[in-house]
Amino acid sequence: MPVPILKQGDCLIASIQSALTDADMLDLRDELSDRVGRFRSKGVIIDVTVLDVLDSFASRTLRTISEMVRLRGAETVIVGIQPGVAFSMVQLGLSLDGVTTVLDLEEGLAHLERSRRARAALAGG
Amino acid sequence: MDDVSVTIRSDADVVAARGMGRSLAEDYGFGMTDVTMIATAISELARNILKYAHEGEIVVETVQRNSRSGVSVVARDDGPGIADVGLAMQDGFSTADSLGLGLPGTRRLMDEFEIVSSPGAGTIVTAIKWLR
Repeated sequence: MPVPILKQGDCLIASIQSALTDADMLDLRDELSDRVGRFRSKGVIIDVTVLDVLDSFASRTLRTISEMVRLRGAETVIVGIQPGVAFSMVQLGLSLDGVTTVLDLEEGLAHLERSRRARAALAGG
Repeated sequence: MDDVSVTIRSDADVVAARGMGRSLAEDYGFGMTDVTMIATAISELARNILKYAHEGEIVVETVQRNSRSGVSVVARDDGPGIADVGLAMQDGFSTADSLGLGLPGTRRLMDEFEIVSSPGAGTIVTAIKWLR
């Protein structure tokens, strides 16, 4: 099932609604990379709140998305990793090194807003 | 409680197997964190089947031993097998484009973990999680 991607200002919000197959994850990767260019987005939020499993493939794909989006000039924030999922990832030895993760959607939007202000301050100064 | 058996041939089967394993573990009284660990272990074992054997089976069933109850996950395939199981269980060991974390990581998610495998004879992994 494709992941709906909402555009809000200069951000994209990918709101995962159900368990994803590997093919769905790869579609999400390609779709986000494409839309960052099309909409000249500066931030991407991926909401994984409903995911009950983040296994090795899903973790690796989230890292890949984050890096691809960075290379395209935008910042990725992963939001909503559940406590049991976080514990399983640590047990499994998976990490999201280099990927920004925050508690929930609200924190994710606040994080991107801070980045936006920092960019504006730099441009103004 | 009904056992669950899922043939693993595609990435959609991986999702189906962990979903059914999750339901069984929930129904059996496991808490959220344990259920997530069991589902994650199923996902990794199913992934290994796809990656190395291309086809196999995941069976999730309830087990009783002495006074303990739990669920066992059996991943079975007729693939190439593992020449050196000891080596495969070391963190960092990888034979393909895995992160080399599959088996040792999966063992850490479960309470018991056993591999029976030899080259050309397929692989059977049995992993058990006990109810606390």
